Amino acid sequence: MNNWKNFTKGFIKENPVFVLVLGMCPTLGVTTSAINGLGMGLATTFVLFGSNVVISLVKNFIPDKVRIPSFIVIIASFVTIIDLSMSAYVPDLYKSLGLFIPLIVVNCIVLGRAEAFASKNTIISSAIDGLGMGLGFSFALTLLGALRELLGAYSLFGHKFINTDGILVFVLAPGAFLGLAYLIAIMKRINK
Amino acid sequence: MGQNRLIVSLSPHDHAKDSVSKIMYGVVIAMIPALLVSVYFFGLDAIRVNLIAIAACIFFEWIIQKLLLKGELTITDGSAIVTGMLLAFNVPSNLPWWIIVIGALVSIGIGKMSFGGLGNNPFNPALVGRVFLLISFPVQMTSWPKVQVLNFAMTDAQTGATPLAIVKEGLKNGESFSSIINNLPTSYSDMFFGQMGGSLGEISAIALIIGGLYMLYRKIITWHIPVSIIATVAIFTGILYGINPDKYADPLFHLLTGGLMLGAIFMATDMVTSPMTAKGMIIYGVGIGIITVLIRVWGAYPEGVSFAILIMNAFTPLINYYVKPKRFGEIVKK
Repeated sequence: MNNWKNFTKGFIKENPVFVLVLGMCPTLGVTTSAINGLGMGLATTFVLFGSNVVISLVKNFIPDKVRIPSFIVIIASFVTIIDLSMSAYVPDLYKSLGLFIPLIVVNCIVLGRAEAFASKNTIISSAIDGLGMGLGFSFALTLLGALRELLGAYSLFGHKFINTDGILVFVLAPGAFLGLAYLIAIMKRINK
Repeated sequence: MGQNRLIVSLSPHDHAKDSVSKIMYGVVIAMIPALLVSVYFFGLDAIRVNLIAIAACIFFEWIIQKLLLKGELTITDGSAIVTGMLLAFNVPSNLPWWIIVIGALVSIGIGKMSFGGLGNNPFNPALVGRVFLLISFPVQMTSWPKVQVLNFAMTDAQTGATPLAIVKEGLKNGESFSSIINNLPTSYSDMFFGQMGGSLGEISAIALIIGGLYMLYRKIITWHIPVSIIATVAIFTGILYGINPDKYADPLFHLLTGGLMLGAIFMATDMVTSPMTAKGMIIYGVGIGIITVLIRVWGAYPEGVSFAILIMNAFTPLINYYVKPKRFGEIVKK
């Protein structure tokens, strides 16, 4: 597989949210606004990239029986890095994402790519895979966040268009399910 | 050889006069008494809301079938008219037109067409629209206009709370039920004939019952669902009233207020989303009754009929799976 294809598959063809339907917890939980979705996506991208590179580096030293705990330890180190950096540099975003940042440790996408890709491939292609998947995840979360913010508050990235309350259901949990369902339907149509 | 025009389907070759459109127009006729009462109490606004809702439902059904599904057009079967009317019956008469249009889009688009159109929808489309609007626009959806007999001036009427909301608020503040009901401007006979605040079509119990009797006569519905819902609510609230008449409203109040009659007769009996067997229908009706009382007495909202019906809609496939009619010649296993 060439590198460009490896990179772009995360956006449409194997998008972690719309096609693989992984990482639903942050997808449904934090996408109340576009900026939250983007922040969460980029944090996950950093963890994916870092853990994919390191796991690919040490894959030959990890005994098969304890590979999952080893992966988790590596992932948790990167999550701690992003957790502390975000609380230091973007405290507002960190506050609004709350518990979802530490929860990246158990995000299906991160562990899934470690198990399915990084533990079997070279460093370069693992790094590209992590970056592509992470950016695809960010793209999906930003899209869903923008949709929900636009309908639920009539604003985009905090810029308000109409100065009233929006269709409130879209900032609540049912709006996440509805928005995600229709985005998946549109993606299926595009992929066909 | 061209297309085979002689298709013989499997037996039984039953030629009943019923069809989708016949049943749907029967339901429309059954809703006319309640519509007349709402025009009597809310004026031309009631007709305005109905026309907008029906037109929007038909339009969205047509455009989705034409552009997205590219299937057979079924807008003439009357189901969109029924959905539109039921949606209009479930909203206040002073609702802005664009909120009604959003409700129609949600009812038809999300509630019905996303699942493949009439017959495939797990939830009652009109209720999906109503609950969507209730959660999305809580202010507009709960400012009920006060009733004014035969006022066609289309002026901005005063708004007030429904009897259910007044009682819930009063009970929460520690007042006794008898003192609240004495201060209430509406007597029980007012509630029976429809002179109270509320959604457009839910106010008059008598008009809804007449519509229900007509549907029973036409065999569009059976008695099981409405009777089991109403009986469950009456018994459950009767027990609560018996335990403490100061803290809980009496059964008659629960039966006459809110959307109970509308829900029990018109919404819960929707053929697509209710169980098929008599036993299943009774289980379904009892479930709706219990959930309604739970929400009304202990929930955050003063009214719970629409949520109760949607929740039991979700259980309908399960009920159909477990409650099956006995097959002819079947021997019961020991």
